[in-house]
Amino acid sequence: MRAIERLTELLAHPTGPVPDDAWTALLCVARAEQLSGALAHRLAGVAVPAPVAPLLAEARGAAAEQRRAALFEAEMARRALAPLGVPVLLLKGTAYVAAGLSAGRGRAIGDLDVLVPREALGAVEAALRAAGWRDVKDDGYDDAYYRRWMHELPPLVHPARDRLIDVHHTILPPTARIAPDAAALVAGAVPLRDGLFVLSPEDMVVHAALHLLADGDLAGGLRNLFDIDRLLREFADADEDFWLKLTARVAEHGAGAPVARAARLAHALFGTPVPGEWRAPAPGDGVFRRRLLARDDWGREDRAATRLAFYVRSHAIRMPPALLARHLAIKGWKRWRGRRGKDRARS
Amino acid sequence: MRHATSRRIGPIGFRIGSDWRAPVALLDALYADYPVPTVADATVRLTATRPWRRRVRPAIALGGDLMLPDAAPLPLEHGLLAAEMAMNLQVALGHRRHLLLHAAAAERDGRCVILTGESGAGKSTLSALLMAAGWRFLGDEFVLIDLASGMARPFPRLVSLKNESVAELARRMPGARFGPVLQGTPKGTIRHLVPDARAVAAMDVPATPALLLFPRFGAARAVRRVDEGEAFVRLTQASTNYALLGEAGFDALTRLVTRVPARAIDYADSDEGVTLVEDLWCAL
Amino acid sequence: MLRGPGEAAFVLRPLGALTALYHRPSATTHLLAPPAPEILRALAGGEMTEAALLAALARDYDLADPDPAALAARVEELVAAGLVERA
Repeated sequence: MRAIERLTELLAHPTGPVPDDAWTALLCVARAEQLSGALAHRLAGVAVPAPVAPLLAEARGAAAEQRRAALFEAEMARRALAPLGVPVLLLKGTAYVAAGLSAGRGRAIGDLDVLVPREALGAVEAALRAAGWRDVKDDGYDDAYYRRWMHELPPLVHPARDRLIDVHHTILPPTARIAPDAAALVAGAVPLRDGLFVLSPEDMVVHAALHLLADGDLAGGLRNLFDIDRLLREFADADEDFWLKLTARVAEHGAGAPVARAARLAHALFGTPVPGEWRAPAPGDGVFRRRLLARDDWGREDRAATRLAFYVRSHAIRMPPALLARHLAIKGWKRWRGRRGKDRARS
Repeated sequence: MRHATSRRIGPIGFRIGSDWRAPVALLDALYADYPVPTVADATVRLTATRPWRRRVRPAIALGGDLMLPDAAPLPLEHGLLAAEMAMNLQVALGHRRHLLLHAAAAERDGRCVILTGESGAGKSTLSALLMAAGWRFLGDEFVLIDLASGMARPFPRLVSLKNESVAELARRMPGARFGPVLQGTPKGTIRHLVPDARAVAAMDVPATPALLLFPRFGAARAVRRVDEGEAFVRLTQASTNYALLGEAGFDALTRLVTRVPARAIDYADSDEGVTLVEDLWCAL
Repeated sequence: MLRGPGEAAFVLRPLGALTALYHRPSATTHLLAPPAPEILRALAGGEMTEAALLAALARDYDLADPDPAALAARVEELVAAGLVERA
């Protein structure tokens, strides 16, 4: 069995048997998929070989520090933005830990992602800059590209803490084929104790599914799919009408296909309980599954052809074809120019 | 991977895979007396930069659990250096069970001297010479401070000797085992020295930190007392994982600098350096 | 009003003339010179105005030459570091 398959099985069923000689590859692959903290939390209290226990404790400790850093970064953003009086929604990993969801347990968290109403973007950017956030790089094209075509400001960094913030005004680029209702995301937001917000449970699942399937080439997608597994389990346990509400919400956002696929993939890989009517297999699921499990026992990405297909797809779903050609041409030209610059510097 | 081996150095287990036989064979020979871990903490990969570069002008890309995006590839002749660099990287950026100090250390009577400084300060040479003078070698790259007990755990990897030290140590340690001379590396000429049998056999025996030294090579002999605040700042800079450890790291480091005397030392040549360490040790 | 971290949110450890601070919410370490540790200790009891802080420091720590401008500059550094919040 490939270690990556063993990883998904163990995340779903932590007490499953693991041969002694399988642990090294398992931990290596979990690290590569940014799932070692989540795995360590799932295995807390489960009997493991003596040399494995300290490695799991180490992964839990690392995740605890990431959680702390993420929450503090959210707090610093809250302090900077509180005077504006606009709702600030935490997204992704920071939202999961801030809301105390099981999806946040052991989760790796990098940048701070927040969503604000589109009309507040300018004021939000100004307030963040006044509080010390700066541009990551000075690059006219990328900057214009972010502002015009993507669903976020160019990323800003806080130099003293070396943390990035991505400020979004919706959850998919305006160029994508699906156009989620951004105003509805804000209107449905759930307040946290400290004045920040998170998406409603249904919107959180919609966002996680779009992030996994409609916004990128699925690199690192297994972690995002595990988020979806955790969210679906927790929300369905807490609210017996959750799946009905999700069905309705998905229709409002026009996000039926990706959310349904995400639910099917979560069911297939993590055994997520999914209602029967959501489970009818659709063509293509097998390819997605192959892509999500494209990692060998040494932690390297494999299945290069599958990955390339998803890379091309990721650009196609984000942009209309003419725009895509323009973007890739400018990217290519810049890369070539950058390389010539380096050659000059070296000679 | 086509070729693979596993070794444990102190508390850290490594799994090393390679597209070529030579680096793995060399590791197996030089690390022959080191135990094989049951579970590896870290995976290291030495792979061809392009599939055809396995045979044509073979070039090694450094890989593993953690990688630096701009790490330059190394020629196959420098495979041992590539493996050591990739192993060090996994420890520096990945290990969190101890406070890591970028330092050399040597033990006597259960207590140890810790030598920390930038590359070129003479950590490797001094620790090798202390080993030759009868000290137990604990490591020349990382010292691992136990977060609960404050003890220093050995990480006795191969000693990485550079440039002038290569000939000097070969002359002064005629009975020792060395790796191949690696010429023209990014760090100049490098040769690896295998720690002696005692250092390897006792790699799981920790020592109590007793003296902290900040050596500087090349200046006239001088000793300066380093106060707790300065030692703390210098050691946060010498630690690759201090910021990742949170409060446990803070506790371990403040305890270390308040309990252990610290000195900055300048020395003009390695004999003087060893004498200085011995003098300061005896004055404790 | 100035709001500092509560007593459970930080650890101070004297290192010679300086004081090492570990701030739990941010997991950051700061090396402080007087009167920064005293400011944090004073604020640990609850929020106060800058004037009240100045008075408390003069009373409890025998702060020589209480200079409001210098104190304001120290407070501003603590705000920028995320240790103290202006509320």
